[in-house]
Amino acid sequence: MGAVPEAGTAPLVSTAVVPADAPALPQFVRWGRPVRRVLSIGLFFVIWHLLTKWDVDLYVRFQNIPAPWEVLEEAVALLAGRAFYVHILASLERIWLGFAIATVLGVMLGLLIGWFRFAEDTLFPPIELLRPIPAVAWVPLSIMLWPTERSSIVFITTLGAFFPIVLNTVHGVEAIDRQLVRAATSLGAGRAAIFREVVIPGALPSIVTGLSVGMGVSWICLISAEMISGQFGVGYFTWLAYGIVKYSQVVVGMLTIGILGMLSSALIRVIGARCMPWLPRRVKDEA
Amino acid sequence: MTNGGATGRIEINDLGIAFSRNGWTVEAVRRFTLMTTPGEFVALLGPSGCGKTTLLNAVAGFVTPTAGQVVVDGEVVAAPGADRGMVFQHHSLFPWKTVIGNVEFGLKMRGVSKVERTAQARDYLNLVGLAGFERAYPGELSGGMQQRVGIARVLVNRPRVMLMDEPFGALDAQTRLTMQELLLGVWREVRTTIIFVTHDIDEALFLSDRVAVMTARPGQIRDLVTVKLERPRAAAVIATPEFMALKARVLVQVREESAQALSGPRP
Repeated sequence: MGAVPEAGTAPLVSTAVVPADAPALPQFVRWGRPVRRVLSIGLFFVIWHLLTKWDVDLYVRFQNIPAPWEVLEEAVALLAGRAFYVHILASLERIWLGFAIATVLGVMLGLLIGWFRFAEDTLFPPIELLRPIPAVAWVPLSIMLWPTERSSIVFITTLGAFFPIVLNTVHGVEAIDRQLVRAATSLGAGRAAIFREVVIPGALPSIVTGLSVGMGVSWICLISAEMISGQFGVGYFTWLAYGIVKYSQVVVGMLTIGILGMLSSALIRVIGARCMPWLPRRVKDEA
Repeated sequence: MTNGGATGRIEINDLGIAFSRNGWTVEAVRRFTLMTTPGEFVALLGPSGCGKTTLLNAVAGFVTPTAGQVVVDGEVVAAPGADRGMVFQHHSLFPWKTVIGNVEFGLKMRGVSKVERTAQARDYLNLVGLAGFERAYPGELSGGMQQRVGIARVLVNRPRVMLMDEPFGALDAQTRLTMQELLLGVWREVRTTIIFVTHDIDEALFLSDRVAVMTARPGQIRDLVTVKLERPRAAAVIATPEFMALKARVLVQVREESAQALSGPRP
């Protein structure tokens, strides 16, 4: 966590590896990256198909696992109906609410704890005590605490996202170069201006890392909570499908979780990059 | 952009700075006294660890002296302020602000309107030869260009004194020479007082009106050399007999103090 390239330093590999007078690359090499990515997904489905087609039984058993085309049929049928969307929307609403609450609380507390010693002494110890408890272990307590199923699941989702966000924000603030603070004061910045102009943007790369990790964890927590105590949601749907022996629906549920999780992480990445135009591009991308 | 000779009188009176850590006390500066006239260019020259940066930090208000005081135009320094802007050795621009955003910073702190501060920031960017780089981020600039932004960012505040802490120390020899000439050109325009910390003898003599040669820690003034070389100065001045004579005088002292620094602080 918090592994973010230091802002303001040029990437180590800044010179192009290919000399300017090199012959133009053939088409398939230039399109190599998207092609490789599509092939990688394709290969995944081919292997899945073969494992279920041959009913492979090598200690791990594939006899009960639905084949890709069965899952596809099921997905088409589900997407044509209404019920499945109700589950998706329920999950999305809980993620959005939980993640938004965790972002506001986590970033605010993280900034305070990172910057003010008093806040660190008073607010950080309980956070450190509660952090190692997995969110799933909160489910019984959450059901007792909150009046509705919806609010207790949102609570679990919030908890999951909160800890990585608050921790990364604290680290981001603590890693701010003291020289930048000195520079700001010698240019006339007061305490409030330093917080606004130096502390917040200085911690931003680390905050975005925290949001990215937090988004992943909050999906894990949401699905676990829905499986244990839900009446709606993709997690509930998946667990229910297992109970009524509709195995292809189980896989549709899993893939839906995968796709939604992937999209929400991508959203965080895009927004993060928009907010931080000063960060150098990844070294990997320049090669 | 002229100073008019009115502001920039720095009085460093009998300054002492000591740090305590884990029961140890390190005396960085002892009984240091120096006056500058408004618009003067003074270099603090000494071996590394002689307390020259600490002294500069005291003028900036970053550290509180344990004895004596710094007085700028009649006011005792108690805290950092925009009237005493600092140019650091490197990596002190705000990476998340564009070049012009960095230069506008001080004006923004004073509540100057957006239009007005953009106009002023552009003037100072022109002055340091960075017109056209307004929208670049610091990470996209070379070390020399970053330092020019650092200089513009301080000067836009019209400070009483510009404090420079080995600002060209991290640059290659060619760039350093170019930057020294550029700094003299800029200083001729704005005429603010400059206190310039360096361990490079050529740099100190080439730039300054006076060079304070410092002893090893605790830093005191060992010699105060007045540099009477004619201005404007070009790089060729370092090959003249006058320059060589000054350099010989300073070199002996700096070498003795470097040796002293290695053998430990004096009692």
